[in-house]
Amino acid sequence: MSTQPVAGGAGASGYSHLLEFEKPIVKMEQEIQRLEATQVSSGRDYSEIITSIRGQLQIALHKAYANLTPWETVLVARHPKRPLLRDYIRMLCVDFCELHGDKLFGDDRAMVCGFTRLAGHKVMLIGHHKGREVREKSECNFGCAHPEGYRKALQKMKLAAKFNVPIVCLVDTPGAYPGVGAEERGIAAAIAVNLMQLSRLPVPIVACVIGEGGSGGALGIAVADQVAVMQNAYYSVISPEGGAAILWKSSEHAARAAGALKMTPPDLLRLKLIDAIVDEPLGGAHRDPLAAARNLEQWIAGALGDLRRLKPEALLRRRWERLRGLGSFFSTSAEQPACAGKSRKRRRGKEPTTLADAPA
Amino acid sequence: MESPASPRRNVEVPEGLWIRCTKCAQMIYRGILEEELNVCPECGHHYRISARTRIGQLNDPGTFEEFLPDLESSDPLEFTDRISYKQRLEEVKAASGEKEAIVVGKGFIKGRPVIMGVMNPMFIMGSMGAVVGEKVAAAAERAIADSLPLVMVTCSGGARMMEGMVSLVQMAKTAAAIARLDEAGGLYIVVMTDPTTAGVAASFAFLGDVTLAEPGALIGFAGPRVIENTIKTRLPEGFQTAEFMLEHGYVDRIVHRKNLRSELAKIIDYCGK
Repeated sequence: MSTQPVAGGAGASGYSHLLEFEKPIVKMEQEIQRLEATQVSSGRDYSEIITSIRGQLQIALHKAYANLTPWETVLVARHPKRPLLRDYIRMLCVDFCELHGDKLFGDDRAMVCGFTRLAGHKVMLIGHHKGREVREKSECNFGCAHPEGYRKALQKMKLAAKFNVPIVCLVDTPGAYPGVGAEERGIAAAIAVNLMQLSRLPVPIVACVIGEGGSGGALGIAVADQVAVMQNAYYSVISPEGGAAILWKSSEHAARAAGALKMTPPDLLRLKLIDAIVDEPLGGAHRDPLAAARNLEQWIAGALGDLRRLKPEALLRRRWERLRGLGSFFSTSAEQPACAGKSRKRRRGKEPTTLADAPA
Repeated sequence: MESPASPRRNVEVPEGLWIRCTKCAQMIYRGILEEELNVCPECGHHYRISARTRIGQLNDPGTFEEFLPDLESSDPLEFTDRISYKQRLEEVKAASGEKEAIVVGKGFIKGRPVIMGVMNPMFIMGSMGAVVGEKVAAAAERAIADSLPLVMVTCSGGARMMEGMVSLVQMAKTAAAIARLDEAGGLYIVVMTDPTTAGVAASFAFLGDVTLAEPGALIGFAGPRVIENTIKTRLPEGFQTAEFMLEHGYVDRIVHRKNLRSELAKIIDYCGK
């Protein structure tokens, strides 16, 4: 499973699972494995050459991963070996008690909810699950939730709020499911209601994008007091392919759209749209899932620890002020705006301000 | 409303004195169409109209007072697709005579004071960026402060791509603002017009205490073409229309444009304290 080193898995099934820039890295790893095996079977000492390849491997990893393009980041976020929600549950959660169903229509497998002990806290865990094998993937609709998924998440979050249990949301979805049933059952209304209710649930909410943060389907469980994105995850208003189709009239410009839409963690941090980036091990979460999980756990522990010290009123005021301040615009009028004196006046051409500059 | 010097398009109908209805192909005299509030007298097709035209139709003459008229996008992503976002904004501003895709303010409907927001399909398809989010939030705050109903006429293709994630988070901001209005006991009426989709549908549009829709309006989350690509078949007739949404329980009433003013007044009276 995901806790195995990736080289074994990738080596066994050829190169089909690999991203282009990973191929030389995996070749080196296989070379090391082969030499180690030969060393054992022949009794000869290859340690010098192995050490040398290991050194080259580290350099290659650094080179490939230090400067991923936005598009490469998207590819790593979608990597077939990347740890998924249920992998993180296995690695981090103690006593996970899954709770199914939205009590209205059905149980959406793309959305996983349950009580658990996580990062030293008793929490309600909510997250998208994409599925690993073909069958599981299709059961989970590749992480694309239906209205019943969003309503299930809300129902469990309300349960948590009732008993003062903080909420941890892990986001990993290409987007809400675009289908006939989803529209018939009010996918837009379901997401809208989640956004509204999440803004006023009186318990700490933290959210982290662990893979894909696709549009409204991601935001539907990610209105939170602290928001993070993992180092090789992305969070975007639209998928790069969808953005390219609309803006460049061709999905072939996906790589370009990925850059223009500023969906990578450093851009999101710079735009003050997220609070933190959760580091991944060198070469991405899929190369050392446990290390990635530990980093995620550490972030959750820190974020929840801080928030739990706040009284509900202070927590909700803080959440509203964060949301209220989201945005970047300016006014050309010299007059105080006629309404809501909160927006600051800015002159044309000045550096735009964003959410963190909101008046507290 | 239009000056002859700036031939702005305020209504999405073909040019000319006689117009062939884009829906039923009947020839209509422009004067008649305008008298009918830009609804085809033959087939009832509701044409898209600009925010100013709508404000004129809904409010008592001369009563509308606009808030925050000078807010403009700061292009937070320094975005460029085929042209730069800055250039696109300049072009759209010139063509529409508006600075953004929504107009908010205070008006009167048959003597009843309301806070009103009206989205503009002629401004990058009514898309929501930071300015739209700010104005919706400000309108909700003003409705709370003045204890007035908030009437929101939605008309939008969704979040504005050119502002990326800054646009997406406006969904959360506007929904949270509506939550506060709700907690304050304020009345929030949404009028969904063609189109009300994606990020706007999935935030402040679908949070009304009462949800009205104009006949035939496209209302939904995912674009019809995206869904067709997923399911690999043609969509059924009438999918994602106002009537479809009524049928599935997401819209309270479908209201003809000529009745909108009186229906709004009626609902405000029923919910009055």
